[in-house]
Amino acid sequence: MITSVLRTALALGLSLAMSAAAHAQSGAAEGQKLAFDRGKGNCLTCHEIKGGDLPGSIGPKLENLKGRYDRAELTAILNDETTRNPLTVMPPFGRNRILTEQEISAIVDFLQTL
Amino acid sequence: MSATRLILSVALALGLGASAVAAADRPDPVADAKAFQDYFVKKFPKVAFDDFVNGPYSMNADMRRQWEEKEQFPPYEFALEAGKEMFAKPFKNGKTYADCFPNGGIGIRQNYPYFDDKEGKVITLELALNRCREANGEAPYSYVKDEMASLTAYMAFTSRGKRFDIKIPDDPRALEAYEKGKEYFYTRRGQLNFSCASCHVQSPGERIRAEILAPALGILNAMPIYRSEWSGMGTISRRIVTCNSQTRAVPLEPQSDEYRNLEYYLSYVSNGLPVSGPGARP
Ligand code: HEC
Ligand code: HEC
Repeated sequence: MITSVLRTALALGLSLAMSAAAHAQSGAAEGQKLAFDRGKGNCLTCHEIKGGDLPGSIGPKLENLKGRYDRAELTAILNDETTRNPLTVMPPFGRNRILTEQEISAIVDFLQTL
Repeated sequence: MSATRLILSVALALGLGASAVAAADRPDPVADAKAFQDYFVKKFPKVAFDDFVNGPYSMNADMRRQWEEKEQFPPYEFALEAGKEMFAKPFKNGKTYADCFPNGGIGIRQNYPYFDDKEGKVITLELALNRCREANGEAPYSYVKDEMASLTAYMAFTSRGKRFDIKIPDDPRALEAYEKGKEYFYTRRGQLNFSCASCHVQSPGERIRAEILAPALGILNAMPIYRSEWSGMGTISRRIVTCNSQTRAVPLEPQSDEYRNLEYYLSYVSNGLPVSGPGARP
């Protein structure tokens, strides 16, 4: 029972979320940099994001995220969106190690300001 | 853009409509091609069927206007001229390219690639050109640019308006080549986990940064193309290798079996669309 709760918590990315909470403030600025960096998140390739130039249109505009997703959900989307939608074209940033846990955590900080 | 719609549309594109699922164990290219074409026609009701060969221009009015202005002085003109001269110039042994091809190589682009039953493999136009050179004692050209692009530009130009007519002969190896090409097209690969279909079936018409994604229907009909970003011409091989590397996948050798099968699949499902090459892209 306890192990299954733990496993679910891990799956939801709660462990990431908790360790990340401490860094939240400085994280947002760093997260924005990572999200816009072409060699890192490169999120603008597909998403319109406030403050970013030349966005693509493959994904939805990233806005009002805080009201719709909590940290764990955002972390999960970044980690591997194919678990929510097997056919998504969004790259599995965590699973395929395009971004580290810390980088994802910083980007989630940034997403929560949108 | 909803997930369900996406799943549905991809399933359709893959030819997994209700009837196709029932017969899934038996590959059916005719049904595939129909489902594939219907998917794009339904997704873009305002795009005329023949216009799909114009890639990103069929998807976006602004880009189209700029392109039409540019076509007054097409940037592939120099390659076309060069290709015409090269095509006519005899090899050291006195033979020419015309000796290697049906109809002297004129107006035949729409029949490539074809399945060769002696070899049991797919033969693309680029491959046939290099084989022609080698058979006549000349060194093969690089598959990705300059000379190869010039030759294929000329051969496409003499075939403009002719409709793709790719055949799958009654030979299990041909069907297998087709199936393998299809599988390659829909398989995700590389760190970014994209398949060809992620961009050219799921997202045509969308912007990836500033570029508008071309639809997979008719995607080879305009090749080779001039691209400002390349400051020059590129062949089918060059474009596919570029797309593979952009997704942080390791590209294969040009004219590897995989790419030849891929080209066979993509060309077959575009049957009925006219040759429009050479093309120009921003
Ligand atoms: C190649 C395209 C692509 C890239 C790159 C991409 N995304 Fe996405 N993203 C999508 C698509 C498409 C969706 C729509 C949902 C789906 O497909 O499951 C999406 C959905 C999302 C959502 C949910 C949005 C909502 O309103 O529900 C978030 C959050 C998100 N992406 C964040 C990011 C971040 C942050 C990055 C960069 C680190 C990124 N994405 C990079 C394509 C992309
Ligand atoms: C991450 C996105 C992406 C993936 C995955 C991708 N491409 Fe592309 N492709 C592009 C972009 C961007 C262009 C240039 C704009 C355009 O013409 O679509 C392009 C252009 C092309 C063109 C030329 C179209 C034209 O009319 O100019 C061909 C052919 C092509 N791709 C084939 C492929 C094949 C085959 C694969 C898989 C091996 C593939 N692409 C995978 C993004 C992608």
